[in-house]
Amino acid sequence: MINIFEVNETNKMVEQENLDVRTITMGISLLDCIDNDLDKLNENIYNKIISKARNLVSTGNEIEKEIGIPIVNKRISVTPIALIGASACKCPDDFVTIAKTLDKVAKEVGVNFIGGYSALVSKGMTPSEENMIRSIPKALACTERVCSSVNVGSTKTGLNMDAVKLMGEIVLETAQCTKDSDSLGCAKLVVFCNAPDDNPFMAGAFHGVTEADCIINVGVSGPGVVKTALEKVRGENFEVLCETIKKTAFKVTRVGQLVAQEASKRLGVPFGIIDLSLAPTPAVGDSVAEILEEIGLESVGAPGTTAALALLNDQVKKGGVMASSYVGGLSGAFIPVSEDQGMIDAVISGALNLEKLEAMTCVCSVGLDMIAIPGDTKATTISGVIADEAAIGMINQKTTAVRLIPVIGKGVGETVEFGGLLGYAPVMPINKFSCDAFVNRGGRIPAPIHSFKN
Amino acid sequence: MKKTVITVVGKDTVGIIAKVCTFLADNQVNILDISQTIVQDYFNMMMIVDSNNATKPFGELSDELYKLGEDIGVQIKMQSEEIFNSMHRI
Repeated sequence: MINIFEVNETNKMVEQENLDVRTITMGISLLDCIDNDLDKLNENIYNKIISKARNLVSTGNEIEKEIGIPIVNKRISVTPIALIGASACKCPDDFVTIAKTLDKVAKEVGVNFIGGYSALVSKGMTPSEENMIRSIPKALACTERVCSSVNVGSTKTGLNMDAVKLMGEIVLETAQCTKDSDSLGCAKLVVFCNAPDDNPFMAGAFHGVTEADCIINVGVSGPGVVKTALEKVRGENFEVLCETIKKTAFKVTRVGQLVAQEASKRLGVPFGIIDLSLAPTPAVGDSVAEILEEIGLESVGAPGTTAALALLNDQVKKGGVMASSYVGGLSGAFIPVSEDQGMIDAVISGALNLEKLEAMTCVCSVGLDMIAIPGDTKATTISGVIADEAAIGMINQKTTAVRLIPVIGKGVGETVEFGGLLGYAPVMPINKFSCDAFVNRGGRIPAPIHSFKN
Repeated sequence: MKKTVITVVGKDTVGIIAKVCTFLADNQVNILDISQTIVQDYFNMMMIVDSNNATKPFGELSDELYKLGEDIGVQIKMQSEEIFNSMHRI
Protein backbone atom coordinates (compact mmCIF):
# COMPACT_ATOMS: atom_id res chain seq x y z
CA MET A 1 0.00 0.00 0.00
CA ILE A 2 1.02 3.60 -0.58
CA ASN A 3 2.95 5.14 2.31
CA ILE A 4 2.89 8.58 3.84
CA PHE A 5 6.22 9.64 2.30
CA GLU A 6 5.05 8.88 -1.21
CA VAL A 7 1.83 10.77 -0.62
CA ASN A 8 3.74 13.74 0.76
CA GLU A 9 6.17 13.70 -2.17
CA THR A 10 3.32 13.87 -4.68
CA ASN A 11 1.47 16.59 -2.82
CA LYS A 12 4.66 18.62 -2.44
CA MET A 13 5.14 18.50 -6.21
CA VAL A 14 1.68 19.95 -6.69
CA GLU A 15 1.70 22.48 -3.87
CA GLN A 16 5.27 23.78 -4.01
CA GLU A 17 6.75 22.81 -7.36
CA ASN A 18 3.94 23.78 -9.74
CA LEU A 19 3.24 20.27 -10.99
CA ASP A 20 0.20 20.37 -13.19
CA VAL A 21 -1.32 18.90 -16.27
CA ARG A 22 -0.96 21.75 -18.72
CA THR A 23 -3.76 20.82 -21.04
CA ILE A 24 -6.40 18.31 -21.98
CA THR A 25 -6.97 18.93 -25.65
CA MET A 26 -9.86 17.33 -27.47
CA GLY A 27 -9.13 16.80 -31.14
CA ILE A 28 -12.28 16.93 -33.26
CA SER A 29 -12.46 16.07 -36.94
CA LEU A 30 -14.54 18.52 -38.95
CA LEU A 31 -14.27 16.57 -42.21
CA ASP A 32 -17.91 15.50 -41.98
CA CYS A 33 -18.98 19.16 -41.65
CA ILE A 34 -17.86 20.13 -45.14
CA ASP A 35 -20.55 21.78 -47.24
CA ASN A 36 -20.41 24.13 -50.20
CA ASP A 37 -22.84 26.51 -48.54
CA LEU A 38 -20.97 28.75 -46.10
CA ASP A 39 -23.84 29.19 -43.63
CA LYS A 40 -24.52 25.48 -43.57
CA LEU A 41 -20.81 24.79 -43.05
CA ASN A 42 -20.66 27.15 -40.08
CA GLU A 43 -23.75 25.56 -38.62
CA ASN A 44 -22.29 22.06 -39.03
CA ILE A 45 -19.04 23.10 -37.36
CA TYR A 46 -20.90 24.66 -34.45
CA ASN A 47 -23.09 21.60 -33.92
CA LYS A 48 -20.28 19.08 -34.18
CA ILE A 49 -18.02 20.83 -31.69
CA ILE A 50 -20.84 21.41 -29.22
CA SER A 51 -21.90 17.76 -29.42
CA LYS A 52 -18.40 16.44 -28.79
CA ALA A 53 -16.98 18.96 -26.32
CA ARG A 54 -20.03 19.86 -24.27
CA ASN A 55 -18.70 18.08 -21.18
CA LEU A 56 -14.98 18.62 -21.72
CA VAL A 57 -14.51 21.41 -19.20
CA SER A 58 -16.73 19.94 -16.49
CA THR A 59 -15.08 16.53 -16.83
CA GLY A 60 -11.65 18.15 -16.58
CA ASN A 61 -12.69 19.96 -13.43
CA GLU A 62 -14.10 16.77 -11.98
CA ILE A 63 -10.87 14.85 -12.54
CA GLU A 64 -8.88 17.75 -11.13
CA LYS A 65 -10.89 17.61 -7.94
CA GLU A 66 -10.83 13.86 -7.57
CA ILE A 67 -7.14 13.20 -8.03
CA GLY A 68 -5.99 16.54 -6.69
CA ILE A 69 -3.89 17.76 -9.59
CA PRO A 70 -4.51 21.09 -11.34
CA ILE A 71 -5.53 20.73 -14.98
CA VAL A 72 -4.71 24.21 -16.16
CA ASN A 73 -6.29 24.30 -19.60
CA LYS A 74 -9.01 22.52 -21.47
CA ARG A 75 -8.77 23.09 -25.19
CA ILE A 76 -10.00 21.95 -28.56
CA SER A 77 -8.16 21.33 -31.80
CA VAL A 78 -9.93 20.86 -35.11
CA THR A 79 -9.11 19.72 -38.63
CA PRO A 80 -7.18 22.44 -40.53
CA ILE A 81 -9.79 24.96 -41.59
CA ALA A 82 -8.14 25.50 -44.99
CA LEU A 83 -9.40 22.00 -45.90
CA ILE A 84 -12.79 22.35 -44.26
CA GLY A 85 -13.59 25.69 -45.87
CA ALA A 86 -12.13 24.88 -49.28
CA SER A 87 -15.41 24.38 -51.12
CA ALA A 88 -17.49 27.02 -49.32
CA CYS A 89 -15.04 29.90 -48.96
CA LYS A 90 -14.43 32.00 -52.04
CA CYS A 91 -12.44 34.79 -50.43
CA PRO A 92 -10.48 35.46 -47.20
CA ASP A 93 -13.51 37.09 -45.55
CA ASP A 94 -15.47 33.85 -45.96
CA PHE A 95 -12.84 32.11 -43.88
CA VAL A 96 -13.11 34.80 -41.20
CA THR A 97 -16.73 33.73 -40.63
CA ILE A 98 -15.46 30.26 -39.70
CA ALA A 99 -12.98 31.81 -37.25
CA LYS A 100 -15.88 33.65 -35.64
CA THR A 101 -17.87 30.42 -35.38
CA LEU A 102 -14.90 28.70 -33.71
CA ASP A 103 -14.51 31.59 -31.26
CA LYS A 104 -18.20 31.50 -30.41
CA VAL A 105 -18.25 27.76 -29.82
CA ALA A 106 -15.05 27.93 -27.75
CA LYS A 107 -16.68 30.47 -25.46
CA GLU A 108 -19.82 28.42 -25.24
CA VAL A 109 -18.12 25.19 -24.16
CA GLY A 110 -15.72 27.14 -21.95
CA VAL A 111 -12.34 26.22 -23.45
CA ASN A 112 -9.69 28.94 -23.38
CA PHE A 113 -8.25 28.23 -26.83
CA ILE A 114 -9.35 26.47 -29.98
CA GLY A 115 -6.62 25.52 -32.48
CA GLY A 116 -6.82 24.47 -36.07
CA TYR A 117 -7.30 27.70 -37.96
CA SER A 118 -4.56 26.20 -40.03
CA ALA A 119 -3.22 25.41 -43.45
CA LEU A 120 -0.76 22.67 -44.38
CA VAL A 121 1.16 23.94 -47.36
CA SER A 122 4.53 22.24 -47.03
CA LYS A 123 4.80 21.69 -50.79
CA GLY A 124 2.22 23.89 -52.47
CA MET A 125 -0.77 26.10 -51.81
CA THR A 126 -4.22 25.69 -53.32
CA PRO A 127 -6.12 28.95 -53.99
CA SER A 128 -8.35 28.26 -50.98
CA GLU A 129 -5.33 27.64 -48.75
CA GLU A 130 -3.89 30.94 -49.86
CA ASN A 131 -7.22 32.65 -49.13
CA MET A 132 -7.26 31.07 -45.69
CA ILE A 133 -3.71 32.24 -44.94
CA ARG A 134 -4.57 35.75 -46.13
CA SER A 135 -7.54 35.75 -43.76
CA ILE A 136 -5.38 35.06 -40.68
CA PRO A 137 -4.64 38.69 -39.65
CA LYS A 138 -8.31 39.65 -39.68
CA ALA A 139 -9.41 36.34 -38.12
CA LEU A 140 -7.01 36.72 -35.20
CA ALA A 141 -7.88 40.36 -34.71
CA CYS A 142 -11.64 39.79 -34.49
CA THR A 143 -11.55 36.64 -32.35
CA GLU A 144 -10.22 36.00 -28.89
CA ARG A 145 -9.63 32.27 -28.51
CA VAL A 146 -8.84 31.08 -32.02
CA CYS A 147 -5.26 29.92 -32.67
CA SER A 148 -3.73 29.63 -36.08
CA SER A 149 -0.84 27.69 -37.55
CA VAL A 150 0.67 27.18 -40.99
CA ASN A 151 2.98 24.33 -41.93
CA VAL A 152 5.42 25.60 -44.57
CA GLY A 153 7.75 22.65 -44.96
CA SER A 154 8.68 19.11 -44.07
CA THR A 155 11.60 16.71 -44.31
CA LYS A 156 9.74 14.77 -47.00
CA THR A 157 8.67 17.72 -49.15
CA GLY A 158 11.26 20.43 -48.61
CA LEU A 159 10.32 24.05 -47.94
CA ASN A 160 7.57 25.95 -49.68
CA MET A 161 9.36 29.28 -50.00
CA ASP A 162 6.32 31.01 -51.52
CA ALA A 163 4.48 30.21 -48.28
CA VAL A 164 7.50 31.29 -46.22
CA LYS A 165 7.50 34.64 -48.01
CA LEU A 166 3.76 35.03 -47.56
CA MET A 167 3.96 34.16 -43.85
CA GLY A 168 6.53 36.91 -43.24
CA GLU A 169 3.94 39.37 -44.58
CA ILE A 170 1.08 37.73 -42.68
CA VAL A 171 2.92 37.85 -39.33
CA LEU A 172 3.58 41.55 -39.85
CA GLU A 173 0.01 42.21 -40.94
CA THR A 174 -1.33 40.33 -37.91
CA ALA A 175 0.87 42.51 -35.71
CA GLN A 176 -0.57 45.61 -37.41
CA CYS A 177 -4.16 44.42 -37.02
CA THR A 178 -3.67 43.87 -33.29
CA LYS A 179 -1.31 46.75 -32.57
CA ASP A 180 -3.62 48.19 -29.91
CA SER A 181 -2.98 45.14 -27.75
CA ASP A 182 0.82 44.98 -28.23
CA SER A 183 0.42 42.87 -31.39
CA LEU A 184 -1.07 40.03 -29.36
CA GLY A 185 -2.47 38.38 -32.50
CA CYS A 186 1.00 37.09 -33.32
CA ALA A 187 1.07 35.13 -30.05
CA LYS A 188 -1.72 33.03 -31.52
CA LEU A 189 0.04 32.32 -34.83
CA VAL A 190 2.73 29.67 -35.37
CA VAL A 191 4.65 28.82 -38.51
CA PHE A 192 5.76 25.17 -38.54
CA CYS A 193 8.03 22.78 -40.32
CA ASN A 194 7.13 19.08 -39.81
CA ALA A 195 4.00 19.97 -37.80
CA PRO A 196 2.65 16.96 -35.88
CA ASP A 197 -0.99 15.91 -36.33
CA ASP A 198 -1.64 15.33 -32.63
CA ASN A 199 -0.07 18.28 -30.81
CA PRO A 200 -2.16 19.31 -27.77
CA PHE A 201 -0.26 22.57 -27.12
CA MET A 202 -1.35 25.96 -28.40
CA ALA A 203 -0.97 27.93 -30.51
CA GLY A 204 0.06 25.14 -32.87
CA ALA A 205 -2.55 22.48 -32.12
CA PHE A 206 -4.66 21.12 -34.95
CA HIS A 207 -6.40 17.79 -35.51
CA GLY A 208 -4.62 16.19 -38.45
CA VAL A 209 -6.41 14.31 -41.21
CA THR A 210 -4.64 11.09 -40.14
CA GLU A 211 -6.56 11.20 -36.84
CA ALA A 212 -9.79 9.56 -35.69
CA ASP A 213 -13.11 11.41 -35.39
CA CYS A 214 -12.51 12.57 -31.84
CA ILE A 215 -9.58 12.03 -29.53
CA ILE A 216 -8.11 13.14 -26.20
CA ASN A 217 -4.51 14.36 -26.11
CA VAL A 218 -2.81 15.50 -22.94
CA GLY A 219 0.16 17.77 -22.40
CA VAL A 220 2.04 17.48 -19.12
CA SER A 221 4.30 20.03 -17.53
CA GLY A 222 6.57 20.18 -14.53
CA PRO A 223 9.79 22.18 -14.99
CA GLY A 224 9.58 23.08 -11.29
CA VAL A 225 9.57 19.42 -10.26
CA VAL A 226 12.66 18.67 -12.36
CA LYS A 227 14.43 21.76 -11.00
CA THR A 228 13.74 20.78 -7.38
CA ALA A 229 14.89 17.19 -7.99
CA LEU A 230 18.14 18.50 -9.48
CA GLU A 231 18.80 20.72 -6.47
CA LYS A 232 19.42 17.54 -4.51
CA VAL A 233 22.15 16.28 -6.86
CA ARG A 234 24.27 19.42 -7.16
CA GLY A 235 27.89 18.60 -8.02
CA GLU A 236 27.16 14.98 -8.96
CA ASN A 237 28.30 13.62 -12.33
CA PHE A 238 26.26 13.38 -15.51
CA GLU A 239 25.15 9.82 -14.83
CA VAL A 240 23.45 10.85 -11.60
CA LEU A 241 22.09 14.01 -13.23
CA CYS A 242 20.53 12.12 -16.13
CA GLU A 243 19.07 9.38 -13.93
CA THR A 244 17.43 12.02 -11.73
CA ILE A 245 15.82 13.77 -14.70
CA LYS A 246 14.58 10.46 -16.09
CA LYS A 247 12.98 9.35 -12.84
CA THR A 248 11.32 12.71 -12.34
CA ALA A 249 10.03 12.79 -15.91
CA PHE A 250 8.59 9.32 -15.37
CA LYS A 251 6.59 10.45 -12.34
CA VAL A 252 5.35 13.61 -14.02
CA THR A 253 4.27 11.73 -17.12
CA ARG A 254 2.41 9.08 -15.12
CA VAL A 255 0.15 11.81 -13.83
CA GLY A 256 -0.57 12.87 -17.40
CA GLN A 257 -1.27 9.28 -18.38
CA LEU A 258 -3.73 8.89 -15.51
CA VAL A 259 -5.53 12.10 -16.39
CA ALA A 260 -5.67 11.16 -20.06
CA GLN A 261 -7.11 7.72 -19.31
CA GLU A 262 -9.68 9.11 -16.91
CA ALA A 263 -10.73 11.84 -19.33
CA SER A 264 -10.97 9.36 -22.15
CA LYS A 265 -13.10 6.98 -20.07
CA ARG A 266 -15.46 9.64 -18.74
CA LEU A 267 -15.94 11.41 -22.05
CA GLY A 268 -16.20 8.19 -24.05
CA VAL A 269 -13.51 9.43 -26.42
CA PRO A 270 -10.40 7.40 -27.29
CA PHE A 271 -7.07 8.39 -25.75
CA GLY A 272 -4.63 9.72 -28.35
CA ILE A 273 -1.25 10.65 -26.97
CA ILE A 274 0.65 12.22 -24.12
CA ASP A 275 2.90 15.08 -25.14
CA LEU A 276 6.09 14.83 -23.09
CA SER A 277 6.96 18.48 -23.01
CA LEU A 278 8.45 20.58 -20.26
CA ALA A 279 6.24 23.61 -20.63
CA PRO A 280 7.23 26.61 -18.51
CA THR A 281 4.99 29.40 -17.25
CA PRO A 282 5.95 32.89 -16.12
CA ALA A 283 5.52 31.74 -12.48
CA VAL A 284 8.74 31.70 -10.47
CA GLY A 285 10.02 28.13 -10.15
CA ASP A 286 8.24 26.95 -13.28
CA SER A 287 11.06 27.66 -15.68
CA VAL A 288 13.09 25.57 -18.13
CA ALA A 289 15.85 28.18 -17.97
CA GLU A 290 16.18 27.57 -14.23
CA ILE A 291 16.69 23.84 -14.87
CA LEU A 292 19.52 24.64 -17.27
CA GLU A 293 21.03 26.93 -14.66
CA GLU A 294 20.65 24.22 -12.04
CA ILE A 295 22.54 21.89 -14.38
CA GLY A 296 25.47 24.28 -14.09
CA LEU A 297 25.13 27.42 -16.18
CA GLU A 298 25.46 30.89 -14.70
CA SER A 299 22.71 31.98 -17.03
CA VAL A 300 20.88 30.34 -19.88
CA GLY A 301 22.69 31.42 -23.05
CA ALA A 302 26.17 30.75 -21.65
CA PRO A 303 28.42 28.29 -23.54
CA GLY A 304 27.16 24.81 -22.67
CA THR A 305 23.51 25.81 -22.96
CA THR A 306 22.85 23.77 -26.09
CA ALA A 307 24.46 20.66 -24.60
CA ALA A 308 22.60 21.03 -21.32
CA LEU A 309 19.32 21.46 -23.18
CA ALA A 310 20.05 18.46 -25.40
CA LEU A 311 20.60 16.19 -22.42
CA LEU A 312 17.57 17.56 -20.58
CA ASN A 313 15.32 17.03 -23.58
CA ASP A 314 16.57 13.51 -24.20
CA GLN A 315 16.30 12.38 -20.58
CA VAL A 316 12.76 13.77 -20.28
CA LYS A 317 11.79 11.64 -23.28
CA LYS A 318 13.54 8.55 -21.96
CA GLY A 319 11.77 8.83 -18.63
CA GLY A 320 8.44 9.78 -20.12
CA VAL A 321 8.22 7.16 -22.84
CA MET A 322 7.95 4.30 -20.36
CA ALA A 323 5.37 6.14 -18.30
CA SER A 324 2.88 6.45 -21.13
CA SER A 325 1.28 3.99 -23.50
CA TYR A 326 1.28 6.44 -26.42
CA VAL A 327 3.60 9.37 -26.81
CA GLY A 328 3.27 11.99 -29.53
CA GLY A 329 2.79 15.67 -30.22
CA LEU A 330 5.79 17.90 -29.84
CA SER A 331 7.43 16.08 -26.91
CA GLY A 332 10.39 18.24 -26.01
CA ALA A 333 11.38 21.07 -23.71
CA PHE A 334 9.78 24.36 -24.73
CA ILE A 335 11.93 27.47 -24.69
CA PRO A 336 9.50 30.34 -25.12
CA VAL A 337 10.98 33.64 -24.03
CA SER A 338 7.96 35.51 -22.69
CA GLU A 339 6.52 32.50 -20.86
CA ASP A 340 9.66 31.70 -18.87
CA GLN A 341 11.00 34.06 -16.20
CA GLY A 342 14.53 32.61 -16.48
CA MET A 343 14.60 33.25 -20.24
CA ILE A 344 13.31 36.79 -19.77
CA ASP A 345 16.04 37.50 -17.19
CA ALA A 346 18.71 36.06 -19.50
CA VAL A 347 17.58 38.26 -22.37
CA ILE A 348 17.54 41.37 -20.18
CA SER A 349 21.01 40.64 -18.80
CA GLY A 350 22.37 40.12 -22.33
CA ALA A 351 23.24 36.43 -21.83
CA LEU A 352 20.75 35.19 -24.39
CA ASN A 353 20.20 36.41 -27.93
CA LEU A 354 18.19 35.32 -30.95
CA GLU A 355 21.10 33.46 -32.52
CA LYS A 356 21.71 31.35 -29.39
CA LEU A 357 18.00 30.61 -29.19
CA GLU A 358 18.14 29.39 -32.78
CA ALA A 359 21.01 27.06 -31.90
CA MET A 360 19.02 25.75 -28.94
CA THR A 361 16.08 24.89 -31.17
CA CYS A 362 18.28 22.36 -32.97
CA VAL A 363 18.17 20.07 -29.94
CA CYS A 364 14.73 20.61 -28.46
CA SER A 365 11.22 21.49 -29.41
CA VAL A 366 9.80 23.63 -30.58
CA GLY A 367 11.50 26.62 -32.04
CA LEU A 368 11.75 30.37 -31.77
CA ASP A 369 8.81 30.84 -29.49
CA MET A 370 7.15 33.96 -28.10
CA ILE A 371 9.96 36.29 -29.06
CA ALA A 372 9.18 39.98 -29.30
CA ILE A 373 11.07 41.83 -32.03
CA PRO A 374 10.95 45.50 -33.09
CA GLY A 375 7.76 46.50 -34.89
CA ASP A 376 9.68 48.06 -37.77
CA THR A 377 11.20 44.70 -38.80
CA LYS A 378 10.80 44.01 -42.53
CA ALA A 379 8.49 41.19 -43.67
CA THR A 380 11.35 39.61 -45.62
CA THR A 381 13.49 39.51 -42.46
CA ILE A 382 10.71 37.60 -40.66
CA SER A 383 10.49 35.27 -43.67
CA GLY A 384 14.26 34.76 -43.46
CA VAL A 385 14.00 33.76 -39.80
CA ILE A 386 11.13 31.40 -40.64
CA ALA A 387 13.20 29.86 -43.46
CA ASP A 388 16.21 29.34 -41.15
CA GLU A 389 14.13 27.67 -38.49
CA ALA A 390 12.22 25.53 -41.00
CA ALA A 391 15.53 24.44 -42.54
CA ILE A 392 16.70 23.20 -39.14
CA GLY A 393 13.54 21.14 -38.86
CA MET A 394 13.71 19.86 -42.41
CA ILE A 395 17.33 18.71 -42.22
CA ASN A 396 17.10 17.27 -38.70
CA GLN A 397 13.75 15.53 -39.22
CA LYS A 398 12.17 17.33 -36.30
CA THR A 399 9.39 19.78 -35.67
CA THR A 400 10.43 23.40 -35.58
CA ALA A 401 8.29 26.47 -35.31
CA VAL A 402 8.42 30.23 -35.28
CA ARG A 403 6.21 32.45 -33.16
CA LEU A 404 7.66 35.94 -33.50
CA ILE A 405 5.86 39.04 -32.33
CA PRO A 406 6.85 42.20 -34.16
CA VAL A 407 5.53 44.71 -31.65
CA ILE A 408 4.22 47.66 -33.61
CA GLY A 409 5.42 50.94 -32.15
CA LYS A 410 8.04 49.41 -29.89
CA GLY A 411 11.77 49.00 -30.24
CA VAL A 412 14.69 47.14 -28.66
CA GLY A 413 14.81 47.46 -24.87
CA GLU A 414 11.10 48.11 -24.42
CA THR A 415 8.84 45.53 -22.81
CA VAL A 416 5.53 44.05 -23.92
CA GLU A 417 2.90 42.57 -21.63
CA PHE A 418 0.74 39.76 -22.97
CA GLY A 419 -0.77 38.71 -19.66
CA GLY A 420 -1.59 35.33 -18.14
CA LEU A 421 0.29 32.29 -19.35
CA LEU A 422 1.71 34.29 -22.26
CA GLY A 423 3.75 36.44 -19.86
CA TYR A 424 5.82 39.48 -20.83
CA ALA A 425 8.88 39.95 -22.99
CA PRO A 426 11.67 42.40 -23.68
CA VAL A 427 11.85 43.38 -27.36
CA MET A 428 14.96 41.66 -28.75
CA PRO A 429 17.26 42.96 -31.47
CA ILE A 430 17.14 41.16 -34.80
CA ASN A 431 19.88 41.07 -37.45
CA LYS A 432 19.30 44.06 -39.73
CA PHE A 433 21.12 42.83 -42.84
CA SER A 434 18.76 42.19 -45.72
CA CYS A 435 17.67 38.82 -47.15
CA ASP A 436 15.23 40.38 -49.66
CA ALA A 437 16.77 38.79 -52.74
CA PHE A 438 16.78 35.34 -51.09
CA VAL A 439 13.18 35.46 -49.94
CA ASN A 440 11.90 36.98 -53.19
CA ARG A 441 13.24 34.19 -55.40
CA GLY A 442 10.01 32.22 -55.08
CA GLY A 443 9.45 28.50 -55.52
CA ARG A 444 10.56 25.65 -53.30
CA ILE A 445 13.66 24.40 -51.55
CA PRO A 446 13.86 20.72 -52.56
CA ALA A 447 13.57 17.94 -50.00
CA PRO A 448 16.90 16.99 -48.45
CA ILE A 449 18.82 13.80 -49.15
CA HIS A 450 18.48 11.16 -46.44
CA SER A 451 21.93 9.69 -46.66
CA PHE A 452 25.45 11.04 -46.19
CA LYS A 453 24.42 12.44 -42.79
CA ASN A 454 26.86 15.03 -41.59
CA MET B 1 -12.29 -1.40 -4.68
CA LYS B 2 -11.46 2.25 -5.30
CA LYS B 3 -9.63 3.73 -2.35
CA THR B 4 -9.27 7.31 -1.32
CA VAL B 5 -6.36 9.01 0.42
CA ILE B 6 -6.98 11.74 2.97
CA THR B 7 -4.04 13.85 4.12
CA VAL B 8 -4.09 16.17 7.09
CA VAL B 9 -1.23 18.61 7.56
CA GLY B 10 -0.96 21.45 10.06
CA LYS B 11 -0.11 22.62 13.54
CA ASP B 12 -0.69 19.88 16.10
CA THR B 13 -3.62 20.41 18.45
CA VAL B 14 -5.96 18.31 20.56
CA GLY B 15 -8.64 16.30 18.77
CA ILE B 16 -7.64 16.45 15.10
CA ILE B 17 -8.01 12.73 14.54
CA ALA B 18 -11.22 12.61 16.56
CA LYS B 19 -12.86 15.32 14.52
CA VAL B 20 -11.83 13.88 11.18
CA CYS B 21 -12.89 10.36 12.19
CA THR B 22 -16.25 11.56 13.47
CA PHE B 23 -16.87 13.32 10.20
CA LEU B 24 -15.99 10.19 8.24
CA ALA B 25 -18.16 7.98 10.43
CA ASP B 26 -21.10 10.36 10.05
CA ASN B 27 -20.77 10.03 6.29
CA GLN B 28 -20.35 6.25 6.14
CA VAL B 29 -16.70 6.38 5.10
CA ASN B 30 -14.73 3.37 6.31
CA ILE B 31 -11.13 3.89 7.47
CA LEU B 32 -8.75 1.19 6.23
CA ASP B 33 -5.39 2.50 7.39
CA ILE B 34 -3.99 5.43 9.32
CA SER B 35 -0.38 6.56 9.62
CA GLN B 36 0.73 9.66 11.38
CA THR B 37 3.95 11.51 12.23
CA ILE B 38 4.86 14.80 13.84
CA VAL B 39 7.59 16.71 12.00
CA GLN B 40 8.84 19.86 13.79
CA ASP B 41 5.56 20.37 15.65
CA TYR B 42 3.66 19.80 12.46
CA PHE B 43 0.98 17.18 12.46
CA ASN B 44 1.10 14.97 9.40
CA MET B 45 -1.51 12.26 8.91
CA MET B 46 -2.48 10.04 6.04
CA MET B 47 -5.60 7.91 5.96
CA ILE B 48 -6.60 5.36 3.39
CA VAL B 49 -10.37 5.10 3.31
CA ASP B 50 -13.15 3.39 1.42
CA SER B 51 -15.65 6.04 0.36
CA ASN B 52 -17.63 3.85 -2.04
CA ASN B 53 -20.60 3.64 0.31
CA ALA B 54 -20.42 7.24 1.42
CA THR B 55 -23.67 9.12 1.78
CA LYS B 56 -22.40 12.06 -0.27
CA PRO B 57 -20.66 12.40 -3.64
CA PHE B 58 -16.88 12.72 -3.73
CA GLY B 59 -16.78 16.43 -4.51
CA GLU B 60 -19.09 17.32 -1.65
CA LEU B 61 -17.15 15.22 0.88
CA SER B 62 -13.91 16.77 -0.28
CA ASP B 63 -15.28 20.32 0.10
CA GLU B 64 -16.69 19.60 3.55
CA LEU B 65 -13.44 18.04 4.71
CA TYR B 66 -11.54 21.07 3.48
CA LYS B 67 -13.89 23.30 5.45
CA LEU B 68 -13.54 21.13 8.54
CA GLY B 69 -9.77 21.53 8.18
CA GLU B 70 -10.11 25.30 8.08
CA ASP B 71 -12.14 25.20 11.29
CA ILE B 72 -9.43 23.27 13.17
CA GLY B 73 -6.54 25.08 11.50
CA VAL B 74 -5.14 22.25 9.39
CA GLN B 75 -5.14 21.50 5.70
CA ILE B 76 -7.19 18.47 4.69
CA LYS B 77 -7.01 17.02 1.20
CA MET B 78 -9.02 14.16 -0.20
CA GLN B 79 -7.77 12.48 -3.36
CA SER B 80 -8.30 9.30 -5.28
CA GLU B 81 -5.54 6.79 -4.49
CA GLU B 82 -4.89 6.38 -8.20
CA ILE B 83 -2.62 9.40 -8.53
CA PHE B 84 -0.19 7.99 -5.95
CA ASN B 85 -0.33 4.51 -7.42
CA SER B 86 0.40 5.75 -10.90
CA MET B 87 3.25 7.93 -9.76
CA HIS B 88 4.96 5.54 -7.35
CA ARG B 89 4.14 2.03 -8.64
CA ILE B 90 4.98 0.55 -12.00
